[in-house]
Amino acid sequence: MTTPLTGTAESRPAAAAHQARRRRPRSEILWGYAFIAPTGLGLVIFYLWPVLQTAYFSFTEWGAFGGHTWTGLENYTRLLSDPEVGQAVLNTVLYTALGLLGIPLAIVFAALMNRPRLRGVGLYRTAFFLPVVTMPVAVAMLWRWLYNGDYGLVNQVLAVVGIDGPNWIADPATAMYALVVVGIWSSVGYNLIIFLAGMQGIPKELYEAASMDGAGPVRQFFRITLPMLSPTAFFVSIVSVIGSLQLFDLVFVMTGSGQAARANPAYSRLQTVVQLFYERAFVTDDRGYAAAIVIALLVLIAALTFVQFRLQRRWVHYA
Amino acid sequence: MWKSARRGAALLCAALLASACAGGEQASTGAQSQGKVTLSYGVWDATQQEAMQELAAEFTKTHPNVTVDVQLTPWLDYWTKLKAAVTGGAAPDVFWMNGPNFQLYASNGVIAPIEEQLDTSVYPKQLVDLYTYDGKLYGLPKDMDTVAVWYNKKLFDDAKVKYPADDWTWADFQEATAKLTDAKKGVYGIGATLTSFQEYQYNTIYQAGGYVISPDGKKSGYDDPKTITGLKFWTDLIAAKQSPDLKTMTDTATLQLFEAGKLAMYWGGSWDVAEFSKNDYTKDKVDVAPLPKGEKQATIIHGLANVVSAKTEHPAEALEFVKFLGSKPAADILGKKGIMPAYNGTQSAWVAAHPEWKLQTFLDAVSYAVPYPISKNTAAWQEAELTHLTKAWTGELPVEQAATNLAAQMNELLAKE
Repeated sequence: MTTPLTGTAESRPAAAAHQARRRRPRSEILWGYAFIAPTGLGLVIFYLWPVLQTAYFSFTEWGAFGGHTWTGLENYTRLLSDPEVGQAVLNTVLYTALGLLGIPLAIVFAALMNRPRLRGVGLYRTAFFLPVVTMPVAVAMLWRWLYNGDYGLVNQVLAVVGIDGPNWIADPATAMYALVVVGIWSSVGYNLIIFLAGMQGIPKELYEAASMDGAGPVRQFFRITLPMLSPTAFFVSIVSVIGSLQLFDLVFVMTGSGQAARANPAYSRLQTVVQLFYERAFVTDDRGYAAAIVIALLVLIAALTFVQFRLQRRWVHYA
Repeated sequence: MWKSARRGAALLCAALLASACAGGEQASTGAQSQGKVTLSYGVWDATQQEAMQELAAEFTKTHPNVTVDVQLTPWLDYWTKLKAAVTGGAAPDVFWMNGPNFQLYASNGVIAPIEEQLDTSVYPKQLVDLYTYDGKLYGLPKDMDTVAVWYNKKLFDDAKVKYPADDWTWADFQEATAKLTDAKKGVYGIGATLTSFQEYQYNTIYQAGGYVISPDGKKSGYDDPKTITGLKFWTDLIAAKQSPDLKTMTDTATLQLFEAGKLAMYWGGSWDVAEFSKNDYTKDKVDVAPLPKGEKQATIIHGLANVVSAKTEHPAEALEFVKFLGSKPAADILGKKGIMPAYNGTQSAWVAAHPEWKLQTFLDAVSYAVPYPISKNTAAWQEAELTHLTKAWTGELPVEQAATNLAAQMNELLAKE
């Protein structure tokens, strides 16, 4: 780094100007910190501190009413041999992977909605965005009724065409897929809005040039829209993978909250990592073990996000 | 711009200070008021809130220096919140307790034993035993409930089946169930509910002569052949298609199926009076019969108790309040509100409220009732019950196998208590 002491005469004015820009009045710096303090403090107190505490608690065993003893790696060795943890991780990863199918879907819908002179575009956008602003609990309750094996709308519609539908969320064979449909349905609107914004940021000249060269709308979509959209798709995939890995509310409500959920024959196929954490932390009062479960989830999320960042070089184009 | 920013910051500081002061003030008034005592009373049932407030007001009449603040926390959050409050030293002075949670609270010293000698013969003995830990009584029974068969008279008439007799047996029940099932109409004799052991499995386990947990609370009874007979009672009904399968019962609760006329019988508690008297379909179609007799006659009895927090600042007043809640005048008020009080001989108002039903059945059942099985960490093995028995209910595993697996896990959990 160039400093005034070692700098040549020529570089001096530039360095001085640089210095002037950097050295702000002390009070200004203090005020800057004062302004970020509420957010910063909130972050430290409500996010960072609990994370560190949880990490510490994952090495302890808890009583039902507080008080903990250090048990070292015991929770983690138990974690590795607990078949429920393995199944929950499997379920969560499967849900996350299937949930990614929502991304191409959102791109297609966004492309359809991005066409110029499309009538009623506001209506479509509202319709797609509505599930996003609806409370997840309400969404889950509603779908629970729709999926009811005997009285649900889904099976009544299927009955019209002569299909005897299953008990969607009580049947181990269908439960996960039924859940993914709800997950995609409730997130496609959010992704769609982001993709729309991304599409509107693509320079019009590219399309004009392409149509002069004789490229049709389909070709333009694959050759211009998709590559130009890849940074947006990358962002969306990062966010939705993290969101999917933390899935809780949908399953909690759809399987029937509380211990009764375990009487759902499909429960072992639906139980997510966060759900298992909830049961250990708040139902059976096994808080140390619960802490170990979420720390493992944190590691899983970090690992998958890292992999995604490594893979982005292969498919994301920054214009 | 700087000026306004500074002013804004000053305002913010002022607001923070003001709120801090307000908080301090609130805390200090509670401690300062001598002579005047406010007790907090934690409850979870919104339908009983009014009755609890009436009881609180009644108590203040005889104890003018004490006011009671009834704090309602809905059932789903009650225990989570209570545990957090206990951990943070902010538990209510007096609160509702139930069987499955009792020993956890007593063994951790969260609730205070009642040292005073009280006459407990006025309550059903099973309930006094339920709230006794290590030879000490911790709570006075508030209300009670037993289980009986609610049956749909119309479906019995349609199938030309005689209404259940007071001395009916498992064989009679099975015969009736078979006759009442009508696949074409989508009607089943019974729903072999898995999610309420209190109303279903525990009853048949004790009727078969089995047990859920040994009296010393150390050993699971699920590998006992008689206990398994009590479980098979239900899985056989599913296998015979006289009960809906577990998938159907997961999608639609058996209570809803019964109220839609799809189940001829429903094993339910005395608390269902409130539900069935409000429901337009059931209110003039159902009646009550005792549970059928197996090797023995049995029904599960349970009831809530009022307990005193071990950390209360007003132990004397809190105990006075609990004694009042367990007294005859309090029981009379409860009975009038449609809650079956635990105090012997005060249940007549509860029975008389619905002359159209044989509610006396629930009271008569007390003589052969078995207390709800519990241990120190009941929640842990209750989760195991569901996890393992779900496999028996779906037919994935034979009942014997599922029950043996359950017994093994439950013994492991009990050893850790």
